[in-house]
Order: sequence, then structure tokens, then C-alpha cells
Amino acid sequence: MDDQAKDQAAEQLSGGAIMDAMKEAGVEYVLSVPDLHTSYGLLMPIADDPDLKLIRTCKEDECIGISAGLSYGDKRAVVLIQYTGFLYAQNAIRAMAAEQQKPICLMIGLLGKPPGVLPKDAKRIGVRSVEPYLDFMGIPHALIETDADVHLIPPAIVDAYENQHPTAFLIGRRPVAP
Amino acid sequence: MMNRLECLKILAEHVTDEIVAPTYSCATDWMAINDRPLNYYAFGAMGLASSHALGLALARPDKRVIVLDGDGSLLMNLGTLVTIGAVQPKNFVHFVGHNGSYEANGGAPLPNRSLDFAAFAETAGYKSAHTFTDIDDFAAKVGDLIKAEGPVFGNLVIEQGPLSNRDYSEMHSAKRREVFREALDSGA
Repeated sequence: MDDQAKDQAAEQLSGGAIMDAMKEAGVEYVLSVPDLHTSYGLLMPIADDPDLKLIRTCKEDECIGISAGLSYGDKRAVVLIQYTGFLYAQNAIRAMAAEQQKPICLMIGLLGKPPGVLPKDAKRIGVRSVEPYLDFMGIPHALIETDADVHLIPPAIVDAYENQHPTAFLIGRRPVAP
Repeated sequence: MMNRLECLKILAEHVTDEIVAPTYSCATDWMAINDRPLNYYAFGAMGLASSHALGLALARPDKRVIVLDGDGSLLMNLGTLVTIGAVQPKNFVHFVGHNGSYEANGGAPLPNRSLDFAAFAETAGYKSAHTFTDIDDFAAKVGDLIKAEGPVFGNLVIEQGPLSNRDYSEMHSAKRREVFREALDSGA
């Protein structure tokens, strides 16, 4: 990566790069309730991508159940939701991710977190609470703030499915559409 | 009004190699009637049986998936009907035991006991939706119903109880999930 590319990666998050990372990890399904944070840069491009099957659900806990069911047929999925939906779906996440250790792969949009600010320093209590909830349930997580972080996604998803455990990615800034 | 146990005994006569996903009172009764490796009990959170079953149906299009839901459970996840209606899984059959109560939680009534769940399913996009109030009518149609192109919905209007013995810890055990997984992988 040359200096110009490094500067660009340090300042933006590309939805296309995230989608490529999903595909590299063998993800076939994206289960989602729309999130303003990721809607334009990630969800809409996913809807147009023939290699990813998007299932639109009505509430976020549905995504957890569908993902668990898919895993019994060795189908990989990402649950793309906003942090408010993550908080809503705690009981399902508690059951399937924390207790049953199913490979639930959460991609959580941190709406309202300014770029470059750590989640723990965000003004919104909901944004600040995501990492402590994940830690309490023993779910490993990574902050995806810029393109330089996207390389963390494929190995974490592959490990989740191969070793049967959940994982989470916190989308720290609004992705840019490909 | 029908009895849940009687309905499930009739259903059991028609079930062969399908995945059956029963929840709460349906689960304890189904386990008492037809305990088999291809029963999936691992929902963990009330209301999500049909969501798990949708995932199973998509992952294994070669298998038919039968959900045995409760009305209280379905009301906790009513949007699932819309999701399933949109996805249109052809191998998906969704029965609901409609007794107007949260029976597994002590029998308290639903906020409204006279809902038309079949109408909900139909408007949500299920391929067909049926209501059964008579056991002979159910017995005559259930065989064809579980083979029909899905998503199919069957609202079973039933009385409360009696409840079969329940052991949720065994039902939700890791061993059960392992047996289910092995049965799926072996092509059972």
C-alpha cells in the first residue's frame, strides 16, 4: 500500500471492502434490519450484489434465530444491525451466542459515534454500552473504523464457524458506497 | 375445539424425514409422542422457533421443515410471518396451537384471545393459510398440508392442556443439539 492509499484507508471505510471481506469469509447470507449508519454505504450495495443473499427481517432477534438455523446447514451469515437493535435482541443473543456458542456474526452500526472517537468515549450511552455487553457475554469483537481495519473481518468469521463461537464487528463510521 | 395432544398424534402419523421444530407446550407434547433425532428444540428465546426454522429451511432445501408454534410465542415475534412471507421457503410448514393463553408460563390469557392468525399469515404472504377447529377435518387434510408448496400456515384452535411432563434442561441440552446435527449430517 503506497502512502496515498494509506492516507485514504486511514480516513474512510468502504462498504465494498466490507462486502469483499464477507465473501472472503464464505458468507452467503446477510440478515438485516435497516440501520441509517450502514444503510447507504453497505446495506443497499449488499441488496444489489448477486453473491450475497439479503434477508430483510422485521426485528433484530429474528436475525439471530435465522442465523442459528442456517448454521446447522453450514451456511454462513452476517447479522447487520444498528446498536439499538443489538440492545433489543439481547435475549436471543444471550441464548444463541453466549449460552449455546453458535457462530452468530454480528455487524453492529454505531450510529451517532463520531469518526475517530472510541466507542467507550461516545456521548450516547447506547453506543458506550455495546462493548461492555459483548464483554459480559464473552463475545469477541473488533472495531471496524477505517479500511485499515477490514482485514480483521474474514479470519474472525472463519474462526467463528470453524470453532463454533460468536463474534462481533463494530462499524465505527458510516461506510462509503462502492 | 380440538386437543393439542390429539392433533400432534395425528400429525405424527404423517411425519417421516422432516425436520420438526416444536416450541414450549407443543415441544413437551411432541417429545412425549414422537421423540426423534430430527426434532429441533434449541431456540433459547421465546418466539423465535419460526425464525430458527426459516434458517433451517434455507440451509436444507432438500428437507421439509415443520414448525409447531404457540400463539403466545408467535405474538412475541409476529413480524416473522412477514419475513417468511417475503422469503417464500417452499419447504416450510408452520402450525400454531391457538389456545388463547401463555399456557407454558402459567396459563394467563393473551391480551386478545380471538385473533385470526391464518389471516395474519395470508396477508403476510404465506402460500396458503388454514384454520382448523375440528379434529376430523384436521385429520383429513394434514397429510396433504405438510407436503404442499410452502410457506404453509395452519392455525389449530385448541383447548388448554393437559400439559405433558416437561424437562426443558434436557430438551435444550448440548447433547440434543449434537444428536440433531448428526442426524442432519447423516442425511436422515
